[in-house]
Amino acid sequence: MGSLSTHEFLKSVRRRRRADSLFMVVVLSATLVSTLTLIVIFTTLSVESVAFFTHASILEFLTGTKWTVLFAEKHYGILPLLNATVLTSLIAIAVSAPAGIAAAIYLSEYAGPRFRNIAKPVIETLSGVPTVVYGYFALYLVTPNLLRVFWEGISIHNALAVGLMIGILTLPIVVAISDDALKAVPNDLRLAAYSLGSRKIDVVFRVVLPAALSGVVASIILAFARAMGETLIAAIAGGFRPVLSFDPGESMQTMTSYIAQVATGDAPHGTVEYQSLFAVGFLLLLITATLNFIGLRVIRRWEIKY
Amino acid sequence: MSAEDLLEKIKVIIREEESVEGADVEKDAAIATEGLSVSYNGRLAVEGVNLKFRSNTITAIIGPSGCGKSTVLRSLNRMNDLVPGARVTGKVLFRGVDIYSKDVDPVFIRSRIGMVFQRPNPFPMSVFDNVAFGLRVNGFKLTKDEMKKRVQEALIKAALWDEVKDRLDAHAYSLSGGQQQRLCIARALAVEPEVLLLDEPTVSLDPISTSKIERLLVAIKHDYTIIIVTHNMQQAARVSDYTAVMMTDENLVGRVTEFGPTKEIFTSPKDQRTEAYISGRVS
Repeated sequence: MGSLSTHEFLKSVRRRRRADSLFMVVVLSATLVSTLTLIVIFTTLSVESVAFFTHASILEFLTGTKWTVLFAEKHYGILPLLNATVLTSLIAIAVSAPAGIAAAIYLSEYAGPRFRNIAKPVIETLSGVPTVVYGYFALYLVTPNLLRVFWEGISIHNALAVGLMIGILTLPIVVAISDDALKAVPNDLRLAAYSLGSRKIDVVFRVVLPAALSGVVASIILAFARAMGETLIAAIAGGFRPVLSFDPGESMQTMTSYIAQVATGDAPHGTVEYQSLFAVGFLLLLITATLNFIGLRVIRRWEIKY
Repeated sequence: MSAEDLLEKIKVIIREEESVEGADVEKDAAIATEGLSVSYNGRLAVEGVNLKFRSNTITAIIGPSGCGKSTVLRSLNRMNDLVPGARVTGKVLFRGVDIYSKDVDPVFIRSRIGMVFQRPNPFPMSVFDNVAFGLRVNGFKLTKDEMKKRVQEALIKAALWDEVKDRLDAHAYSLSGGQQQRLCIARALAVEPEVLLLDEPTVSLDPISTSKIERLLVAIKHDYTIIIVTHNMQQAARVSDYTAVMMTDENLVGRVTEFGPTKEIFTSPKDQRTEAYISGRVS
């Protein structure tokens, strides 16, 4: 700097200040793009949904038990689709919550650092598997080779296989967030429990797990939200029958697979079939966004605690 | 298993041990170390510690930072087992039984030798549940009333009862730091240990809380054997009957340089370095 004249020095300062503000604009726009996308999605869904509700009342949409939008005689009750979505997601959580929490407990409280460093990336890879792979795995392997062994009458498209595979898909979410929550419990508390004559199992179940409970609950909520939004597994292995049934052995259509079916078909703009996509999508977005919101709130509360 | 059964069990172990060795264990030494050395990942931290902690007295372990005071303390209830890479050699005799011998269960030892840590670390649960914790994990079969009574006794001993008796259901984190530390003392006392280890228990507390804890320790010492690690020499002088001074040698290995009645240590230390430390010329 010493050899620069005052004029050159000021010029270089000005240039660097310009570069500074330019960079700010770049990162700001990146942020705005993602925020704007959400706003655009939300607006589009609302506008098209409003059009949909000129054909069907909100009451019928939310309480009707028949969804026959693609048929000649049209009924607009979302319950069959919503039921299939909730049923498959519950099956998924029945798999991923116990297995995921158990794995997180092992990783956080029992595993040595070497095993941990191998196991964590392996589990995280599970969520990197394209979901279409899980879909045909459910249809061509799980149902015929596994489920049919002890459930002969199970339909080739069924909610159980869908739920099981979504369970595997959401396992890493439960493991990762629960493991973080368990790891965040101060070691002081473990030592205090040991010093009182606790066995390891008491330390885990009476101290560490309760202290990490909100994080563990959050992991389940977020996994549930992810399960509800899963599309390809449901579309491939669940079938396209919009029936209201609680039998997981039956073929049934989830909200997402309905959208996939219609969107990949040729529903023309402006028709009620086309508009129904947005109404279903809007409701799905509303539910999953609420779940995500609650989940993240719960996580934040647990972070504040320590 | 009730407290009485536990006590009986350890008495039996001790009697058997004594009859086998015919050992003339110093009767009033509740706990003693013989040639105790501890290393972390192969690096020696303390070496050759021989200390006898007499029953119903308070022994202070003092010394500069990093001299291995806490390491010695953690060896006395096998908390060092939980430190990765820690290795303990030599003996720690609890009523004459080496707690490091193979057939001794460290979990049982910890239920007989309680511990209080530097930072107050109550569990994230109610005041009551904190104190009842040790009773529950140790499988005491108590009725609700007995449980309440034990919790109350422990809180009274820890000089906390008057402050919390109306809010036993309050979350432990709603207490002040000094109250939390006394809660941790109550939690340790509820299990009715014979020995209470305290690792710089007042280092994070204000003078008033510190004085409350010091007074309660003196008040309960007739029922326990208390060992307190502190780097506050005034504290050692105020509360302890015996004092052990630890120093590191040129290889940073901690050793006991002086051990005896507190009065003698503070008035006529034999070791030059001890004298320098006590008079404040070394920190």
